[in-house]
Amino acid sequence: MAEQDDIAAEEARVESMMAQSDIAISVRGIRNSFGEQVVHDGLDLDVRKGEILGVVGGSGTGKSVLMRAIIGLQTPDEGEIHVFGESMVGRLDDEALAIRKRWGVLFQGGALFSTLTVAENVEVPIREYYPNIGAELRDEIAAYKIRMTGLPAEAGPKYPSELSGGMKKRAGLARALALDPDLLFLDEPTAGLDPIGAAAFDEQTRQLQQTLGLTVFLITHDLDTLYSICDRVAVLADHKVIAVGTIEELLATDHPWIQEYFNGPRGRAATAAVARHHDREQDRAAQTPPDGRQ
Amino acid sequence: MNKAADLAEEMRDDGTVIRLSGSLAIACLHDLPSRLDAVQGPVSAIDLSGVEHIDTIGAWTVHRTAKRLNSPITGGRDDTMRLIDAVGALDEPVLIRPDHVPAVRRIVGQIGEAVSTAGSTMLGLLGFFGGTLVATWSIIRHPRRFRVNAVVQRFEVVGVSALGIIGLMSFLIGIVIAQQGSVQLRQFGMEMLAINLVGRLTFRELGVLMTAIMVAGRSGSAFAAQLGTMKLTEEVDAMRTIGVSPMEALVLPRTLAVVIMMPLLGFYASIMAVIGGGFLCAIALDIPPITFIQRLREVVPITDLWVGLIKAPVFGLIIAISGCFQGMQVKGNAEEVGLRTTAAVVQAIFLVIVLDAIFAVFFTWLGWN
Repeated sequence: MAEQDDIAAEEARVESMMAQSDIAISVRGIRNSFGEQVVHDGLDLDVRKGEILGVVGGSGTGKSVLMRAIIGLQTPDEGEIHVFGESMVGRLDDEALAIRKRWGVLFQGGALFSTLTVAENVEVPIREYYPNIGAELRDEIAAYKIRMTGLPAEAGPKYPSELSGGMKKRAGLARALALDPDLLFLDEPTAGLDPIGAAAFDEQTRQLQQTLGLTVFLITHDLDTLYSICDRVAVLADHKVIAVGTIEELLATDHPWIQEYFNGPRGRAATAAVARHHDREQDRAAQTPPDGRQ
Repeated sequence: MNKAADLAEEMRDDGTVIRLSGSLAIACLHDLPSRLDAVQGPVSAIDLSGVEHIDTIGAWTVHRTAKRLNSPITGGRDDTMRLIDAVGALDEPVLIRPDHVPAVRRIVGQIGEAVSTAGSTMLGLLGFFGGTLVATWSIIRHPRRFRVNAVVQRFEVVGVSALGIIGLMSFLIGIVIAQQGSVQLRQFGMEMLAINLVGRLTFRELGVLMTAIMVAGRSGSAFAAQLGTMKLTEEVDAMRTIGVSPMEALVLPRTLAVVIMMPLLGFYASIMAVIGGGFLCAIALDIPPITFIQRLREVVPITDLWVGLIKAPVFGLIIAISGCFQGMQVKGNAEEVGLRTTAAVVQAIFLVIVLDAIFAVFFTWLGWN
């Protein structure tokens, strides 16, 4: 019981720190290197609460490394990382549990446990962190989480090897959302999905983010994702975050890589598509008054 | 926000009202779900006016209770009600794990599956062996397609780099045979016969057999893993489309390398085992090396060496074919590579030992005792 009280006290402390600021993740002066190769040097980044922050950058600029550093899978050589006001650098796995419960991570390939079914995968975090939740309720929670990410009910008893790439990602998302996290890390969620699947996944992410009030840290190469769901975009280049802001703000900067990225042929196509989409939305909104429900 | 979830029952004229309060988030639920489960109807309403914060798990808990007691939910804030509605809309039975199959049916099914897999694997292996022979024949007809470099490279990986571990293993086995043999034979006062034991056993059986097991573990597994990974990354398919036969480019060099290396490694292993035996005899039994060698020449017939050297390339063939065959069977996911690698080693060692038994009968029949 004493342990539980400790955890409760820890949670209370974290809670109060969270209330103090509207910054969910704060990264200051991070340096990451592998041997001779320096990935980040003096990198700063803030993620605000309740926003979807897209992280872009060329291959090898360390987008995934940054995510791994924030979630504690990679210890940076220098610098400070705070998640909900709590320092994460050098914390061991069993420390900072209160923070760990507050985030969910979707890895690139889904990273589902291959010996467990999809539903059992979703149950793992609940089982680990909240043993007080009974088996029956746990099964039900897994069930609605699976449905929530857009998977069909038949996917529950399937093993990861029986799923398509898109279904694996959705199952991974269901597991990431198992504990109703405040913070969601998505590593290239739409890579390898067909355009229809990718758009559906984006839509799902947006909807979940709005319903649950999530903060999302989203690594992507997908310009459509950036345009359609990201509130702000951070650009990684030259070992640093060279710019953060809305796409309009980024377009106003004159960094060659950013210009190339958003004004290249694919960038222009995505801009045009979003413009068309917005027009349609506005038409629709004009025809039917919104009822305020999702 | 952080107040623990709580529940109060209030009796009213029109029935019981359940009042929930505090934070209905997963971290604050504690024993609330089980307490809610304990509530028996009829309940006229579930009142949420005291709820400060709710997440989907809290929402689900409320939804399932409302559904079970068939009572309305009242008093929640807009966002709370919206979350409960959203979660309730997802209420659909989802199977958590595959349907349970009765034990008897499952076991019988597994046995059947194992038998049919074993049968089809053996057939497949035979077919693969045939494929290797066909590839060999086409190389013989078009010798310019023969990949000398690939074979020589395999020589190094399969043979040269295995010298250390095989040498050490054989040396120790020689010591063990001599030591254990001498302990038993001392009871009859015939410790000298330990030399017979070391000499005949290593040249005839153990030298080649242990080498085969080691090569199966080192190279057979490596072949399966390499080819399996190449199958997964579609390298093998790419090869086919460019017009390179994977049989000629991948399987044949590996097979040839092992077939040629096995007799050499087997002979080397036998020599090392004999040295190990001699070493122990010199130290523990006071038999000087020169006597050991003389005795060895008297008791070990040359046919023992032939027995070992004839078996070696056949074992090598089996190891290489099993490894490559299992590797080429990989499809689907990375997990399969691991399974196939294990299968390659187990199959190779099993077949080597079966064949060793057949050889033993055969050589006895020839009169090479």
